[in-house]
Parts: sequence; structure tokens; C-alpha cells
Amino acid sequence: MNQFQYIQPAKQKAAIDALTKDAKAMFIAGGTNLLDLMKRGLAAPEKLVDINKLPLKKIEFNNNGLRIGALALNSEVAQDKLVREKQPLLVQALEAGASGQLRNMATMGGNILQRTRCPYFYDIALPCNKREPGSGCGALAGFNRMHAIFGFSDKCIAVHPSDMSVALAALDATVVVAGPQGERQILFTDLHRLPGDQPEKDTILERNELILAIDIPDKPFAQKVHYLKARDRASYAFALVSVAAALATDKNIITAARIAMGGVAHKPWRLFEAEKFLEGKPVSEANFRSAAELAMQGAKAFNHNAYKLKLAPNSIAAALKAAAGIA
Amino acid sequence: MEKAFFDQDNNDNSLDRVDGRLKVTGAATYAAEYQLPNVTHAVLVTSTIAKGRITSLDSKLAEQAPGVLAVISHVNSPGVPAYGSSPAMPQRATLGTPLRVFHDNLIYFSGQPVAVIVADTWQRAEFAASLVKVQYEKEPHQTNLEANLSRAALPANVQRDKNSRYHDYDRGNPEELNTAAVKIEATYKIPTEHHNPLEPHAIIAHWEAPDKLTLYDKTQVIKGTQGNLARAFKLPLENVKVQAKFIGGAFGSGIRVWPHVMAATLAAKKVQRPVKLVLPRELMFTSVGSRPETIQHITMGATKDGKLTTITHEAVAHTSTYEEHTERTILATRMLYDCPHVSTRYRLVNLDVNTPTWMRGPGEVTGVYALESAMDELAYALQMDPLELRRRNHADSDPEKNLPWSSKSLKECYAKGAAHFGWHKRNPEPRSMRQGQMLVGYGMASSTFGVHRNYAKSRAVFQADGKVIVQSATSDIGPGTGTAMTRIAADTLSLSPAFIRFDLGESTLPDAPGQTGSTTVSSVGSAVKVACEALKQKLLQLAVNTPNSTLYNTNPADLSVEQGRIFKTGNPATGVTYTEILKQNNLPQLEVTEESKPGAEWQKYSMSAFGAHFVEVHVNPTTGEVRVKRVVTCAGVGKVINHKTARSQSIGGVVGGIGMALTEESVMDHRFGRYVTGDFANYHVPVHVDIPPIDVFFIDEHDPHVNPVGAKGLGEIAIVGVAAAVANAVFQATGKRIRDLPITPDKLI
Ligand SMILES: Cc1cc2nc3c(=O)[nH]c(=O)nc-3n(C[C@H](O)[C@H](O)[C@H](O)COP(=O)(O)OP(=O)(O)OC[C@H]3O[C@@H](n4cnc5c(N)ncnc54)[C@H](O)[C@@H]3O)c2cc1C
Repeated sequence: MNQFQYIQPAKQKAAIDALTKDAKAMFIAGGTNLLDLMKRGLAAPEKLVDINKLPLKKIEFNNNGLRIGALALNSEVAQDKLVREKQPLLVQALEAGASGQLRNMATMGGNILQRTRCPYFYDIALPCNKREPGSGCGALAGFNRMHAIFGFSDKCIAVHPSDMSVALAALDATVVVAGPQGERQILFTDLHRLPGDQPEKDTILERNELILAIDIPDKPFAQKVHYLKARDRASYAFALVSVAAALATDKNIITAARIAMGGVAHKPWRLFEAEKFLEGKPVSEANFRSAAELAMQGAKAFNHNAYKLKLAPNSIAAALKAAAGIA
Repeated sequence: MEKAFFDQDNNDNSLDRVDGRLKVTGAATYAAEYQLPNVTHAVLVTSTIAKGRITSLDSKLAEQAPGVLAVISHVNSPGVPAYGSSPAMPQRATLGTPLRVFHDNLIYFSGQPVAVIVADTWQRAEFAASLVKVQYEKEPHQTNLEANLSRAALPANVQRDKNSRYHDYDRGNPEELNTAAVKIEATYKIPTEHHNPLEPHAIIAHWEAPDKLTLYDKTQVIKGTQGNLARAFKLPLENVKVQAKFIGGAFGSGIRVWPHVMAATLAAKKVQRPVKLVLPRELMFTSVGSRPETIQHITMGATKDGKLTTITHEAVAHTSTYEEHTERTILATRMLYDCPHVSTRYRLVNLDVNTPTWMRGPGEVTGVYALESAMDELAYALQMDPLELRRRNHADSDPEKNLPWSSKSLKECYAKGAAHFGWHKRNPEPRSMRQGQMLVGYGMASSTFGVHRNYAKSRAVFQADGKVIVQSATSDIGPGTGTAMTRIAADTLSLSPAFIRFDLGESTLPDAPGQTGSTTVSSVGSAVKVACEALKQKLLQLAVNTPNSTLYNTNPADLSVEQGRIFKTGNPATGVTYTEILKQNNLPQLEVTEESKPGAEWQKYSMSAFGAHFVEVHVNPTTGEVRVKRVVTCAGVGKVINHKTARSQSIGGVVGGIGMALTEESVMDHRFGRYVTGDFANYHVPVHVDIPPIDVFFIDEHDPHVNPVGAKGLGEIAIVGVAAAVANAVFQATGKRIRDLPITPDKLI
């Protein structure tokens, strides 16, 4: 780990200015990801701008929906009465992530921006285009059991590891960010990028943009939900594949469907086609299966992750069934 | 709730752990926690290539970094005197030359220490380490066991030793397989596994004088480390002190003197201050050994009614290019079942990796996984209950050595385990049992681990205040050694355990073997028993020789002792306490030192512990996820010294076995010769929710032959066979026979 300066501004503007002025400065929130990256030599900020003094912890509900401050802790959000009532899918996804101890430190903003867990990214002795553009993708012909089946490029086949983000993608959430030019709202599904030729860029955010809050609209599909996470052990493991499913139904007819997958792409992967397919159709296992198959079109596996071609559709159908409440 | 868990089956007045309070309150001092004045901090720089040589090592920037005291590498190492003569530190069963740290520019594996930074703080050492620039000339490396099977060979150390048990073994005529009524044949694989104790390895090396070395080291082998370091640095044995009073788990990772120990010791010599070195988790995968990856091929033949006629078992494991690590992989196959025709083959392939080492249940764990999986396959081929198949092939005496067992209660383990588990409810048909969506499977396996015993010494001192101090230089890696020894001493002396203090963890104490191979109770326990027995006799003698004692001139054979009080048998009123005897004789204390070692009993009996595991798994057919729902484990391990800690040992062993079966695997990217699962996010050990209720039973065995305490050892048998029981349960649940561990969802879906 390198030596670094540390500041803890009390004002939002000061925090953003600090990053604008200093190209080697970074925000730090819970630190559960960034500190690990620093210890492994993957990030070497010369200045840490601790944002924990900023007033970004609030959880509120208004006519449009739920607004959750970027510094609210994962555990606080998961235990919040309002959130539990309004957005059970988010709660399930949060509780499926990491461990109790980590959730007590992890913030909403930090969770969204956590970096991939690809082992080639993590070992500075191995090639990784995300860490060191141009060095090659170690995973492409290497150990890629955890890797993408959608949206990858020959530069990078890593996946985004967050559980919570999969739920947010499904729930039509938006992210409120602030930069030197002021605030903007970004649709959650637009926030994370596909790797393309620039795998070093995880999101469309500028490096000096600060996440202020997450907005989750109040929609009819918020209650019939399920988060399914398949993993190597019962807790404290990243998803092999995860599915966030949300349904609105009227007399057994699906009026709205929202589905997103984790562990399959460089970003939370929304299944727009499958959603469209389901809308207007009756709740049935066969329809869920068909939707899953539709969602899998274009999927491609590497040496060690072909199992995802089966695990993913199985999980989609199972999550939809659970959301709809059919056995 | 808590009471139910901690005090379950605890109806025999088990002792709580004597060091439990210290551990849970943080008062126990582990190696890295000793506060030495002037201590400095060391961080290793390790090789990023698997084979080749260092062409340049530029440490200028690192040396100039703040707080840095020294950068030590092969360029400027103060040197290890014994490295000149080869081999520097030969060790049993691991032949070759241990890695010579900072000796030359040769690279044998990725992760090999190439330099160590010493600085005034850990953070500064860590930063400086990132500034060292090492250039290599790479050579092609081989790290892939499967791709190198053609190089599999009988280990050279076996070839040189005609008494080795790893020679090719044939009993009867294994060709009989061809005529067997029912046959099976299968190949089983286990990956490289890493011990990964929670406490990382750590050491503080301190040269108290140019020829006096003290190590605070996480080691299971205190005397061995002392001897190794004394030989390496050509010091008188007594000039090297090793301390390891508390150890946060080891499972075998602390059995050897590893390169980081030498690095810290060399660094301390260079900077002439104490040096602390703590391995980060990532280096735990290349610094302290591993369970070797092993590929095993088994064939079995049986008569129609399930009598085994032949077993052949070939095992190929990996080792390093500089040492041969051998372990007992194929030995259980020769003795676990009564079978006339048996052949075993054991081979190694050397690879450009660090040397593997013993890991909990070494050898047996690997071999019995294959053997007990094969037994399950045979049971299906025979359409016979797997438990019944095992019963029919029970070995009433040791079929390899042709000796009677010193004691054995495997049949009782089968009966007790099966009854408690409800084995009779099992429908053998795969996929026939369900609970909701889940596929349910029942599996079982036998387990065995050899009894071992080594030379050990113990001192027992009766003090004027009534306390007894008992000592031996063993370590306690977690089984509760201090507790077991306290119990043995208390029972032998007929005293309450409250009066006993057992000292361990220091090389200045009387000789003890390393805490390995489930030998501590059998070896150190025996020495403690013998020493306390001698102390008691001395006290009795004193009592009958003391003129003003009421017991004067009594025949010692007519005396009894209870709670530290000696009296004429049948007449408690006449008694005198141990303390009074000392006072009457004006003695400040009474001390004895005794030794204990194995003898002729080993020619008369075959000695092993046996047991059985029963496991229920649920498999999610949608995701392929396996969860173990319930385990019943039963073993006959001679005398159980302290039930509570014994039960904990068994639980821990089962947990390790579940990890082996379902999650633990170190994956190497052979293009680079580097592990790509080298941290706790990727190397999955079971977490709490992966562990179901585990019911532990022991069959009471009275075994007067094994050793004076009558205990066979328990640490390792607890894990042996668990992986097979889980895999067998998965087969019954799913109809899929996964023959390469771990059984992860991708293999089942
Ligand atoms: C062992 C382990 C297991 C885990 N398992 C899981 C799992 O199963 N599922 C899962 O989803 N996650 C898992 N995690 C990841 C965990 O959820 C993240 O580490 C955590 O959410 C990050 O939040 P933080 O506040 O600590 O972020 P930090 O580490 O503080 O920051 C992460 C990044 O976000 C940036 N940042 C933080 N806040 C803001 C903001 N408001 N605006 C702009 N930039 C910001 C930082 O600059 C940094 O680059 C695991 C982590 C660990 C260590």
C-alpha cells in the first residue's frame, strides 16, 4: 500500500473539489472494497477523501417513491421499516450479499461502485486489461468459472459482483449524482458499462462525480418479488448467477415484469426481452421457462462457465415462480 | 439454547478448556502479539514466475523509502551456515533439500520469497516492498499434474528405503479381478487444498546475542523447530529458544520450518533487532504447504453376495522439484476391509510448485475418500445396502500385518451411527427421496486413522501450596491439549483438576514430539501419566517413611488416595494430604521427570482407530447447490480423555470434511503457475450456515495395549471419510457420481 493523505470534508462541494483538483484523489465510504484494492496494489490513491461526514444517510419516501442516501449502510437499509415495506426485493438482495459484518460497513454508493472480483484483476502479477489496459485478459483463456456469458468483449470477460445492484436494475431505480457542473440523474441500467475496448471504465460516471442518493420509483411490481442467488456456499460467497424478479399481476395475468441477472455480465443484466414476452401472459411455469429461454439468446460460454448456460435459465424460471408464488 | 449446544452429551464432568477464557477474552498471546522492545516489521517480496532465475533485483528505491532498515535478498543475505552442506535440514518423509532462502537466484515456484523488507512499521515495509523491481529469466514450468502423469514415479526416498511402506504392494493375486462376479472401476480426484487456519502464520525472530536466537513462532513442532534452527545456524541447541504458547489453528501448516521463518531469522540477524513477519492471507497459499493434488484409480471385485475379492488402488500425487512429500494415501486400502487380493501403487510427480505437506488426516483423508466412494459404487453395482457391504467385509484382524487389533469397534460404530441417524429410512434408489423441491440423499462412509506414538518426556512438580505443575514442550493447535493433559494429571494424582497447571509451548520444557499425526495424547499424555504416577509413588513412599505420620510404615500397597489425601484403604480417617507430607518433611517441592516411548506392543498388535460417518444432504435441482443437513459421526478412539473437547475435535473434523467435499479447492492457472483462488473470497471454507447439527458419539474402548493412557488419538480420524460420505449422499440424491472434489453446483447442474 502506498502512502496517502486523508481528508474528511464536511461539505459536498469540498469533497467534489478535492477530486477535481487532484487527479490521484478518491472518495472513500465504508472502505470495504477500496481498502482491499489498495492493499493488493490495485488502487493507489494519493489522497483519500472520506465522505462519511456528508449528510447523505437519509432514507425517505415521497409520492414518487423511495430515496436512499448514498451513505446509508447496507445493513441499515435492509433493516429499515420503510424499505422492508416498500421494496422487499432490495432487502432480499442486500441480505444475500457479503456478511453481516461487511454490511455494517458497506454503503449504498460504495456497493454500486465495487469492482469486479476477477482473480486476474486481483493479482498484479497476472495480465488484466481492466487493471492495466493493454496487458491482456487473463481470464479469456484462463480460469473463467465465475465469468460473463453476456456482453463481454475480447478485452474483458469480468462480471460485476454486486447483489444489491441487480435488484436496483430490476426496480427501475435511478442514481442521483453531483459533479462540478451540478447534479444529474442516471437510470440505473445506464450507469454500469459493458467492457468494450475500455474495460478499465466500470461506469459512465466521471471520477469526480459523487453519488448522492438512489431513487426507487413506487411501482406495482414492487411486492411480488424474489431474489435468487446461486453460490458455492450458503453465505458469504459471490453469486455464480443471481436473479432479481419482480411481477405485477392482475387475475393471474402478468401486467408488468422486471427481471435482472447478476454474475453474468460486466453490469447488472436486465432481461428486457423476457419482460416484454411475459407482459400480458398468464402466470405459468411454461411461460416463465419460455421467458428464460428468450433471455438466454446470445449467451456464450468460455472454458469453465458453460454451466451458467443452464444455471441461468433455471434460476430465471425459479425466481419468477417464487415471485409469482407458484410452487 | 447455548446450554443445549455447549453441554450436549456433556454428562461426564468434562473439563472446560483450561485456556478457553484466555482465548475468548483476547488475553492469550499469539506469536505476532508479543511486545518486544525495538521490534521491526518485515514484508516479503515473492517471485511472480514459477521457474527460472533472477537476473536483477533492484532495491534502491525500497532502501530509500521512509523507515526502511534493510532489504535482504540472495545478493546480501547474511547467509545460513548450514546451506553450504547439503541437505541442510532433512526431515522425515520429506526428502530433498528444503528451499534455501535467499541463497541463490534460482526460482522453484511462484510465490517463492526473493527478498524481505525490514522497516520500522509494517505499513512502511509493505510500501517499500512494492518498490522492489525484480527481473527474471523465465524457463518453461510444469505445474499441471494431469498433464505430467507420464512422469509419475516411485519416490526416490522410497526407492532408497527397502522398509518403506510406499513400495508397490501386492497381496494374493490382484489378477483375480478379471474373474470377479461384480466389478467396478473409477478414478477419483482431489484438488490441492490449503490448510488456511484463521490465524495466519507469524513469527518474531530475535537474536538476543550473536549466538542466541529466540523465536516466537506459530509452529506445531517446537522442539523440531529448535533443532532445525540450531543446525541451520550451527548453534548449540540450548541457544535457540522457541515459543508457541497459543496457536490459532494449523491443521498441519505448522509442521515444518518454512521459508518465511528463515527469512525473518535472517532479517533479524541483518538488522540486529527483533523482526516480526506475518504472512498475508495470499501468501498462506504458497508459503506453508498444501494437501497435494491426488489422482486415484481404484478397481474392486466382489462375489455376488458382496464379499470383496480384489482391490487395486493407484495414487499419483504432486510434490515439488526440490523435495519429495509422501503420505499414507494407499495404506488404509490394505487394512480397512478383509479382502484376499489387494494391490497398491503410490507415485509422485514433481512440479514447479512449493512442497506440499501434511494436512489434517494426511494420506488417509485422500485415500479413504477414494476407497469409500468406490465401496458405495460397488454397493450399487451389487444392489446391496452400502452399510451391509461394509459389514460383510469387516476385517476382524489386520489383513496386511496379520496381527490382531489392539482394539476395534467399527461394527459398534456402524450400529450406533446407523440407529441414531435412521439409516433404515433410506431408499437406495437415486432421486427417490425429496423434501419439497429438494432432492434428499443419505450417504455413509467408514473412517480409519493409524495410531501413532512417539518418545516424550514430562516433568511433574508438587509444590508446597498444593499445586502441581506439569510440563512438556508440546504445542496446542486447538484440540485442547492443555485441557487433556490437566485431566490426565489430575486423574493420575487423584487430585482435582483445579490444582493442576499444565505448561506447554516452550522449547525449554521437557522433550515432546510435534503435534502431528494425532500423537499428542498418546505420546505426551503417556509421559504426563507416567510422570504423575511416579510423583504419586514418591509421595506415597514419603508418607510411609515419615516417622511422625499416621501412615508410617504402612505398606504403600495398602494405601488409597482421594482428592490429594492418602489414607489406609477402607479407613479414610487415618489420612494425610500431599501437602502435609511435604511439610512434615520440610520439602519446598517434589519433582520428577519421566519419559515414555512405544515398545514391544507394536510387534504384537495392529493399532488403528475406526469410525463411521452418516450424512444427509439436500440438493437443489434448479441450481445444483448442495447443503449438508445433518451428520452423525461415531468413532472408537480408545479412551476419551475429555469428552467436551473430544466432541469439539470431531465436530471440527466433520466441518473440514464438508469443506473438502463441497467447497475447498486451490485452482492454479498453469500458464502462469500461479493460484487464482488465493484468498478467502475465492478459497471457500464452510461458513456457519453451511454446517448443520453434528451428532458425535464415541464407543467406549478399553485398550490396554496402545499406550499407558489407552487413547488412540482423535484429531485426524474425525475428518477421514467425511468427503466420501457426502459424495455418496449426493449420488443417492441426484444419481450423479461426482468423482472430482469439490462437488460444486457447476458439476451437478
Ligand atoms: C469478503 C467480501 C465479500 C463480499 N461479498 C459480497 C457479496 O456477496 N455481494 C455483494 O454485493 N457484495 C459483496 N461484497 C462487496 C461489498 O458489498 C462492498 O465491498 C461494499 O458494498 C462497498 O461499499 P463501501 O462503502 O465499503 O465502499 P468503498 O470501499 O468505500 O468504496 C468503493 C468504491 O466506491 C467509491 N465510492 C464510494 N461511495 C461513493 C459515492 N457516494 N460516490 C462516488 N463514489 C463512491 C469509492 O471511491 C470506491 O472506488 C463483499 C466484500 C467483501 C470484502
